Amino acid sequence: MKKIFSHPVSLRKTSTHYCPGCGHGLCHRLVAEIIDELGIREKTIAIAPVGCAVLAYDYWDFDCTEAAHGRALAVATAIKRVRPENIVFTYQGDGDLAAIGTNETIHTANRGENLTVIFINNAVYGMTGGQMAPTTLLGQKTTTTPLGRQANLQGFPLKVSELLSQLPAVKYIERVSLHSPQEVIKAKKAIKQAFQNQLDNQGFSLVEVLSACPTYWGMPAHKAMSWIKEVMIKEFPLGRIK
Amino acid sequence: MAKITIDSEKCKGCLLCITFCPKGLIKVSGKFNKRGADFVEFKDSGECLGCVQCAIMCPDCCIEVYK
Ligand SMILES: Cc1ncc(C[n+]2csc(CCOP(=O)(O)OP(=O)(O)O)c2C)c(N)n1
Ligand code: SF4
Repeated sequence: MKKIFSHPVSLRKTSTHYCPGCGHGLCHRLVAEIIDELGIREKTIAIAPVGCAVLAYDYWDFDCTEAAHGRALAVATAIKRVRPENIVFTYQGDGDLAAIGTNETIHTANRGENLTVIFINNAVYGMTGGQMAPTTLLGQKTTTTPLGRQANLQGFPLKVSELLSQLPAVKYIERVSLHSPQEVIKAKKAIKQAFQNQLDNQGFSLVEVLSACPTYWGMPAHKAMSWIKEVMIKEFPLGRIK
Repeated sequence: MAKITIDSEKCKGCLLCITFCPKGLIKVSGKFNKRGADFVEFKDSGECLGCVQCAIMCPDCCIEVYK
């Protein structure tokens, strides 16, 4: 028998700190597989966020650095401008990219920096205890919206991908999900495209990944998959946005 | 002919592999690993398709597939 599915070389064999069923681990594997397949491990530099994925540098086996909360794209801009021969990407949650880091996100996209962004939308702040994120759905209960998010109090879920797609310098934006094997395959294809765009000097590419946080959604992993499919996708439709 | 291997020490017992195996070949072990998780086991009945659905969904990269 031949091995037809193996652990990617760019992913360390250590156990992660993520909760059971968390989408971060799955997305880390996709990124590692893509870096192996593109043969860019020796020239890739990742910027880890602040959020549950803060320790991503302990899990990926290629060069990584860390940015202050929300500032990953500012750090990425500097690294890519100084070392344009490297492949530079950020991996950021919705609190990091779309709350504290909104400023850096919008301006980096508007400058059309030749970077790849993996944006993990899990509709909550995981690391700090399940508070509301800009992407929290209306009616969704979090520790800071115990009665459910209400538009008149907390505003509407922020559609970062749609907003950024308005900027002329943005090259590529796609929204994908990790709730089924078929969707994971599509997610991998989109993330690979976002890396390929950087290799081809195409400019700013972002993939928004709908990813489960079973812990702060208060449900087992398989229910979290159904919740993405039946509830989250209605607010955040999948597909190519730009 | 296909089979999977599961890294039972890394398994966190999220059970997504059980949800997605079309043949129902993965079961809860009823035992605990060092991290305290009730890990899963492969019940090899010769029916594994090698479809890799379990491995694709495993958030902890515990599964490898042979065909
Ligand atoms: C300057 C600063 N402000 C606030 C925090 C607290 N903090 C840490 S992570 C986080 C939000 C993380 O949420 P998200 O980016 O959605 O990532 P997740 O944990 O859900 O993956 C916050 C507010 C911080 N570390 N630094
Ligand atoms: S709190 Fe949520 S995002 Fe953080 S590791 Fe747990 S499941 Fe993942």
